[in-house]
Amino acid sequence: MTNLIEAQDISGEHYNFAYLDEQTKRMIRRAILKGIAIPGYQVPFAAREMPMPYGWGTGGVQVTAAVIGKDDCLKMIDQGSDDTTNAVALRNFFVETTGVGTTTKTKDASIIQTRHRIPEETLTKDQVLVYQVPIPEPLRFLEPRETETRKMHALEEYGLMHVKLYEDIAKFGHIATAYAYPVMVQGRYVMDPSPTPKFDNPKMDQMEALQLFGAGREKRIYAIPPHTNVVSLDFEDHPFEVTKFEQPCAICGAENVYLDEVILDNDGNRMFVCSDSDFCEDRRAAGHVGLLGTNPLDADKTTEEAE
Amino acid sequence: MSTQATASIFARAPAPGFSDPVHNAQSVFRAAMNAMAQPGTIQQLSDLALTPPAPLSVSATALVLTLCDYDTPLWLDADLAANDVVKNYIRFHTAAPFVESPAEASFALVANTKRLPAIASFAAGTSEYPDRSTTIILMVEDLKTGQGVTLQGPGIKTEKQFSVSPTPPVFWQQMQDNSRLFPLGVDVIFASDHQLAGIPRSSQISGLEA
Ligand SMILES: [Zn+2]
Repeated sequence: MTNLIEAQDISGEHYNFAYLDEQTKRMIRRAILKGIAIPGYQVPFAAREMPMPYGWGTGGVQVTAAVIGKDDCLKMIDQGSDDTTNAVALRNFFVETTGVGTTTKTKDASIIQTRHRIPEETLTKDQVLVYQVPIPEPLRFLEPRETETRKMHALEEYGLMHVKLYEDIAKFGHIATAYAYPVMVQGRYVMDPSPTPKFDNPKMDQMEALQLFGAGREKRIYAIPPHTNVVSLDFEDHPFEVTKFEQPCAICGAENVYLDEVILDNDGNRMFVCSDSDFCEDRRAAGHVGLLGTNPLDADKTTEEAE
Repeated sequence: MSTQATASIFARAPAPGFSDPVHNAQSVFRAAMNAMAQPGTIQQLSDLALTPPAPLSVSATALVLTLCDYDTPLWLDADLAANDVVKNYIRFHTAAPFVESPAEASFALVANTKRLPAIASFAAGTSEYPDRSTTIILMVEDLKTGQGVTLQGPGIKTEKQFSVSPTPPVFWQQMQDNSRLFPLGVDVIFASDHQLAGIPRSSQISGLEA
């Protein structure tokens, strides 16, 4: 990915600030304003080709590029981590095309672009959370035709969505959807919260930060303003339940956070650790310790470095 | 070419736009974005070395330069539409096509609130495309005096008091009617000298009787 960017010679010297031309930014900015005015409604926009494949989050990148200014501080996360290939490549893209400062600290960021996770730390009104969205249409798997889903949204015809969720209950005894769990925004639009785990859904409700969603391939932008009601769809007899983890984070001891399973060795030993790596590091820096005491992966790293 | 001829050409050339187009537009957009995301809050614009022709204000002009282009039909109030210097300035810097009918406008620029037509005459979008609506940029004197209203809805934690001056007598009644159209409706950005505030269609407006 980094090589791809270098191969195409992207640098602040040769490209406009944040890569996009001003006409494209204006078009995206207008779509963002409409999205904010109509929370949860998918605004069509003329997405541009970006110097990265669609799966890399081109929608989120275009939204960030239209919003970001030279005084911003950007945090880029993928699966809760700042260090994955995707996060590193996209962060480098913005460093090269804007020269803005970056951070891994949630509280220091003015813009956070994410794939999959919402940071554990509560976001504030001065922050913007930008989601990379692969499939923006929550009704797509029920109805493949765009003309039809558009009508369903217009008429608030969300009965099929409830039927699908109820089929889950009949089949599994609970709603099996664990990611991209549909939400109702301000009592009007059913919205797909991108591939975030449903664990994060409650964080979207009444969040103080502005949430912007960009889908590059499907050319949609949508938004949740601060302090907006976001309710996960459920039934009276089967209320929405947040994923619960049986143990705390193995290395920082945090409870009620989203954990990733990490395989430790070929014998099948594993541990559960915070998916939000910044949150976990902060806790460990503050002296919190989990059952494993230290991070076994750090030990591996030290050994490797020693060799 | 005589000195006199040169002078007359320069006299007709539009005043300059943003001194730093990329970063000025970005900062104005951020103010507009925050204005829409936090209805009724006052957003301060950074210093812009803009010298638009009268009666355009710096903030309203900054919004037009930031958001309008050949893709956005622009409606001007009757005073502005009769002002060739203003029209040349906007045409030169944005290439936005002027439209006569408010219902065809992506944006409406209103310098004199007395010249504001009925809000319902602007585009409210369609049930399938509520985004195909007009954003009204309303030049005002200030964002602290005048009739106060209470705003509630997305972007507002509990409620927000908002005052703006001047507004025509029927304005708030029409704005209430507008928000009842949600998710259809127009969005309004108020522009005083160097400040912005927004009321999107999603805001519920009360307290008119006060
Ligand atoms: Zn942890």
